[in-house]
Amino acid sequence: MMRFECAAVTGLALLLGCASSAPPDPTPGPAQAGTEDTLRSWQRPQYVSTYERHSSAPVVIRNATVLTAAGPELQGASVVIADGEIVAVGSDVATPAGATIVDGQGKWVTPGLIDTHSHIGVYAAPGTFAESDGNEATSPVTAEVWAEHSIWPQDPQIPLAIAGGITVAQILPGSANLIGGRSATIRMIPARTVQEMKYPGAPYGVKMACGENPKRVYRSRGPSTRMGNMAGYREAFIGAADYRAAWDKWKQDGDGDPPDRDLSKETLAGVLRGEILVHNHCYRADEMAQMLDLAKEFGFTIRSFHHAVEAYKVRDLLAEAGTAASVWADWWGFKMESYDGIPQNAALLETAGARAIIHSDDAGGIQRLNQEAAKALYAGQQAGLAVTREDAIRWITANPAWALGLEDEIGTLEVGKHADVVLWSGDPFSAYSKAEKVFNDGWLVFDRDDPAHQPKTDFNLGQAAPGVGQ
Amino acid sequence: MRCAPLGFALAAACIVALPLQAQTIAITGGMVHTVDGPAIEGGTVLIRGDSIVAVGRNVAVPDGATVIDARGKIVTPGLIHASSDLGLLEVGSISSTSERSSAGEVTPSFDVAEGINPASVRIPVARMEGVTSAVAVPSNGVLAGQASLVALDGDDLDTMLRHRKAAMVGDLGSDLQDYGGGSHAAGLGKLRQLFRDAQEYARRRADYQRRDMQDLSAPAAELEALLPMLRGEVPYYADANQARDIRNALRLAEEFDLQLIIRGGAEAWQVADELRAADVPVAVNAFANIPDFQSLGVRWDNATLLDSAGVTVVLYESETGGPRNLRYAAGHAVRNGMPWEHALRAVTRTPGELFGTTNGVGVLAPGRPADVVVWGGDPFEISTHADVVIIGGKETELRSRQTELLEKYRVLD
Repeated sequence: MMRFECAAVTGLALLLGCASSAPPDPTPGPAQAGTEDTLRSWQRPQYVSTYERHSSAPVVIRNATVLTAAGPELQGASVVIADGEIVAVGSDVATPAGATIVDGQGKWVTPGLIDTHSHIGVYAAPGTFAESDGNEATSPVTAEVWAEHSIWPQDPQIPLAIAGGITVAQILPGSANLIGGRSATIRMIPARTVQEMKYPGAPYGVKMACGENPKRVYRSRGPSTRMGNMAGYREAFIGAADYRAAWDKWKQDGDGDPPDRDLSKETLAGVLRGEILVHNHCYRADEMAQMLDLAKEFGFTIRSFHHAVEAYKVRDLLAEAGTAASVWADWWGFKMESYDGIPQNAALLETAGARAIIHSDDAGGIQRLNQEAAKALYAGQQAGLAVTREDAIRWITANPAWALGLEDEIGTLEVGKHADVVLWSGDPFSAYSKAEKVFNDGWLVFDRDDPAHQPKTDFNLGQAAPGVGQ
Repeated sequence: MRCAPLGFALAAACIVALPLQAQTIAITGGMVHTVDGPAIEGGTVLIRGDSIVAVGRNVAVPDGATVIDARGKIVTPGLIHASSDLGLLEVGSISSTSERSSAGEVTPSFDVAEGINPASVRIPVARMEGVTSAVAVPSNGVLAGQASLVALDGDDLDTMLRHRKAAMVGDLGSDLQDYGGGSHAAGLGKLRQLFRDAQEYARRRADYQRRDMQDLSAPAAELEALLPMLRGEVPYYADANQARDIRNALRLAEEFDLQLIIRGGAEAWQVADELRAADVPVAVNAFANIPDFQSLGVRWDNATLLDSAGVTVVLYESETGGPRNLRYAAGHAVRNGMPWEHALRAVTRTPGELFGTTNGVGVLAPGRPADVVVWGGDPFEISTHADVVIIGGKETELRSRQTELLEKYRVLD
């Protein structure tokens, strides 16, 4: 696991090996024998995370109801956080020296919530043209753009999401393009630079989009049809496969100069190598089936469909492919490809053995992701589907952690995981509950009772906006 | 009974229709929130035909009444959505399914009513979650047109209409700024001239018809349509979010003696004392809290602050999940500090009084239209579902296009 080391190391060799650097291929090639000033761009650091864990005193939350996302709901349990990690969960725990004790009586504890689909920072408030940085809608394939190069850390939506209990989110390019560019997985924390927010070592994702959006945006130049969309993906991946092969050959032979660097193909070659995870905006069941076939044609897997309002119709195919579905609880009807949305979507996926995720795609919804999961849970139960609270908490924690390739580090309250922890005023599946304290990697990043722990962005200053304590 | 004098063939048809026409329903044993007085534990709501005839603890249930056992359940008036496009919009991105706007920025004569589609598949989805009436509002424009309060059940406009021309809708935010060529102040100047022209037109119709009058700022039909609002008979439902724009609305209302209702009101909490003093209600978009330059002070507890300052509050929502989320708008206000009973009033009685007719929907009381919902528990809680939804005395089927999709795909073949 290189992930941790990436943040702290300064040595060139380690930086090159870091997954977040994502050069065309992480294994050393012939040209790496060169000295520092003769290195080519792809051999140098690639926008490395500078995230550092804040040092915090240990915390013990006592006598709470705990949804671990890795087992049954625990009553009267404690959660112990030290050095940014979960060190104990259960009814019989030791209190570390110097620990802050938090009374959890009548309260709930869950893992920090994870959103697989957010545009915070790339479509920042106040929502003018100046902050519209989410769609590089100049060409149907822009795999070369990286969302992190658009994210504005002073987006006033960030503190709002923090107050909703979000600790990690994937920030995606928009869905205008067939292939919209790389995503960034960030810790939802106040910061001056996106590098300080970037989750160290998180694999990149790539945003792909099916259906109405690309064919509408590129109507005049193409693609203008769904078959045109498919041809566009195929053409791009054929090019990427050739690019990958050319690099592999050069690495093996070491003859002459390396192939020219192509940022778009570099991203798609990363997909073909399994290093970059595919996140595919796709509403309709029949289109998801087409995209699963596309993945077979080029030998990659789709990590998660997004929006996927008709996922319930092909939940068997998704379960079989091991592809998650990041869905809304109840969005529907705002365009034709969302016309068949039903609130039992997540519950039907769960009961079919597919991996269900509740995502937001919305700076409002991200603040109430727990309530959205609750809507999906109770809609399923009302329809007689066997879904539980333990399932529903996984829809917004463990399952999105998996979709982001971080399931070994975050998403559950298990010993050794990062201390991404939310203390709720009550049942997180109630309309009335609020996140009271949010610990991000052990750092108390939000405390409803303490204005000193209610972050404000620069944009918030000197304005009527009341901040997030309310 | 009404069928008896008619011929045989017609009488046969009437027998089929009879149970719907004169049905008596008794909802018994529930916790009844009448929104017209204290809650009644173990109360009965008695419905005959389309109206409520009795509410109380000691109401006798007539023989032959259909009894709905509400023991352990909560009974409320049907919820009223105060800012809805139900029936006016089917699929968001398909303009041919939208009936919300008329061309132009000043179209007060535009009355949305005849555009309402009773067969909208969105209506049952909202109805299943206890929304029984909606104010169908036109969109876009300084004066966008006239809203109607409709029942969310019925085969045609006549059976759906609760109150036609229930409000004049207009935007005092960005549409007004555009109308003023880039300035709110200039837009207000034009709006005042328009109102004065309408008043002068009303005084001098004869001169107008003889063309013995200066040019007016809108055609006669538009000026005519403004007169009920200018006489204070129809509320002026004005979009205003920024505190400045809300104060402008208050000035305008005072000058022209308008019956103003603010919609949106993101920064209304900053103007709460003035709103209370002017007795101007605010319809709050409950989930709004993302700042833009019209609403830098937007906050989730806006409705709570207004309510506690004595301002009359309506709660609505504009979620992409649709108007079925209205009950969560009320729950969200409670989460952010509003007393539960006040939140219920803000989605029942208050919008009923502001947009309905005298003795209309919004409370459970004798003589009122029988819009009643029986809930399995707290209607604002996510775990709760509506068990029975009665509109105009008729129990609706809890069935929608979505439930049909669910059943079709419940088992994959």
